[in-house]
Amino acid sequence: MASLYEKRFDGRAVGEVRPMIAKVGIVPSADGSASFETGGTKAIAVVRGPRTLHPQHMQNAQTGILRVSYGMMPFSVWDRIRPGPSRRSEEIGKVCEWALDSVVDLSGFPNTVVDVFIQIPKADAGTRVAGLNAAAMALAHAGIPMKEMITAIAVGKADKTLLVDVDKAEEDFHDGEGATDIPLAITSRGKEISLLQLDGKISPAELSEAIEMGKKACDDILKVQMDALKNVTGENNE
Amino acid sequence: MVNEKRQIVIPGETIVSGNEFLPGDGAYRDGTEVVAGRYGIANIFEKHVRVIPVSGAYYPRRGNTIIGTIVDITFNGWLIDFGGAQNAFLPVSEVPRYINKNEMREFLDFGESVIVKVWDVKSRGVDASMKMRGFGKIEGGMIVSVGPNTVPRIIGKEGSMVKLIKGATGCDVTVGQNGKVWISGKDTDGEVATRKIIEFITGNATIAGLTGKVENFIKELGLSVNKVEIVAEDTDVEEAN
Repeated sequence: MASLYEKRFDGRAVGEVRPMIAKVGIVPSADGSASFETGGTKAIAVVRGPRTLHPQHMQNAQTGILRVSYGMMPFSVWDRIRPGPSRRSEEIGKVCEWALDSVVDLSGFPNTVVDVFIQIPKADAGTRVAGLNAAAMALAHAGIPMKEMITAIAVGKADKTLLVDVDKAEEDFHDGEGATDIPLAITSRGKEISLLQLDGKISPAELSEAIEMGKKACDDILKVQMDALKNVTGENNE
Repeated sequence: MVNEKRQIVIPGETIVSGNEFLPGDGAYRDGTEVVAGRYGIANIFEKHVRVIPVSGAYYPRRGNTIIGTIVDITFNGWLIDFGGAQNAFLPVSEVPRYINKNEMREFLDFGESVIVKVWDVKSRGVDASMKMRGFGKIEGGMIVSVGPNTVPRIIGKEGSMVKLIKGATGCDVTVGQNGKVWISGKDTDGEVATRKIIEFITGNATIAGLTGKVENFIKELGLSVNKVEIVAEDTDVEEAN
């Protein structure tokens, strides 16, 4: 039986990502900052540090630690998001932290912390991957030692069709097999997976195909990130 | 083979390929390739590959002049917050006068500002020294925060920009590599004018031919550009690394 979702709602090809805009150095008071936008989703990431970590019992004498916080702004969706930490935002902050921790090297700054703040001013699915893309650029901009960059994309499935960069309408697809959402983060050099989550149903064969599609899309995202980092003009660090 | 080349690199990007190259600061080896380990300008000097930071927080280096405030006093020295990852330690033995260890607050008290030299950088902190001319406690004047990445533009080539400012306003200007500038003059008007010039430089830090624009800005403020070399040079002048 053919898939019930053949033509995408916004007319994109199945492997096509939404238009991307990346900017670096958007917050003057931060050590590093960046924004990343795909379609109706936008993420802002701000990096502070390395600075001495308090309370002292959280310090690690062997290395600095990375601390990521994620939050959606109250107005980012059609109904209201209750401000402040929630179970969902704590979880996403933690998985983003693990994804970024695999490329960041803070061994030169013992007893310190690098804070990454991810905020979502507008959301149309894929906020954690947009947040990761922004956070990787902001960390690089802050001059934090990193082995490589992180690029992230949400791949998925609506009924039987595999899709790249799923938007909210596709995430809510109910017909047939329904929707599957797979946020995925890839390291830029080793092409290793540093984040993989799955919500929905998918067969093992389809999953590896979806990951391949995601890896291909990540190459395009990396180009956007590189362009933004290489063409920083109005550098202000007051 | 090119001896020196400059390009902006991002983490994970291959700078150069070949076993003869040696990775230095901010670079690492992956197989035959030398890869950027941080964001910055790649600098290949002969066979030595480095990545020079262009943004981000201040990382102290030996010999830097830094301006900070006293945040703690221990039995044998002071802790100075200079905006880096760790505090700097100024031992009593690195102060060029006799200190009564029971009366350490007499010399430097909490919240007071100092100009010190970075004597040693370890992963666990920075040791500072005051034993040279131009270093010591800050009294009077004002401190302007500019961010560490615009410091090379304020200093200028071989200190030319600092000399220009000093010549125009008659104020003493001491630039800390950690992005703090101490301005001290005879009157507040001169200090405010100096501050305006410095803010003009930081606002236009990426523009080429900045000296000419600064000269015009000084004239707009109603001051004259004094070409006379200042003999008493107390600013630690360092090239943009």
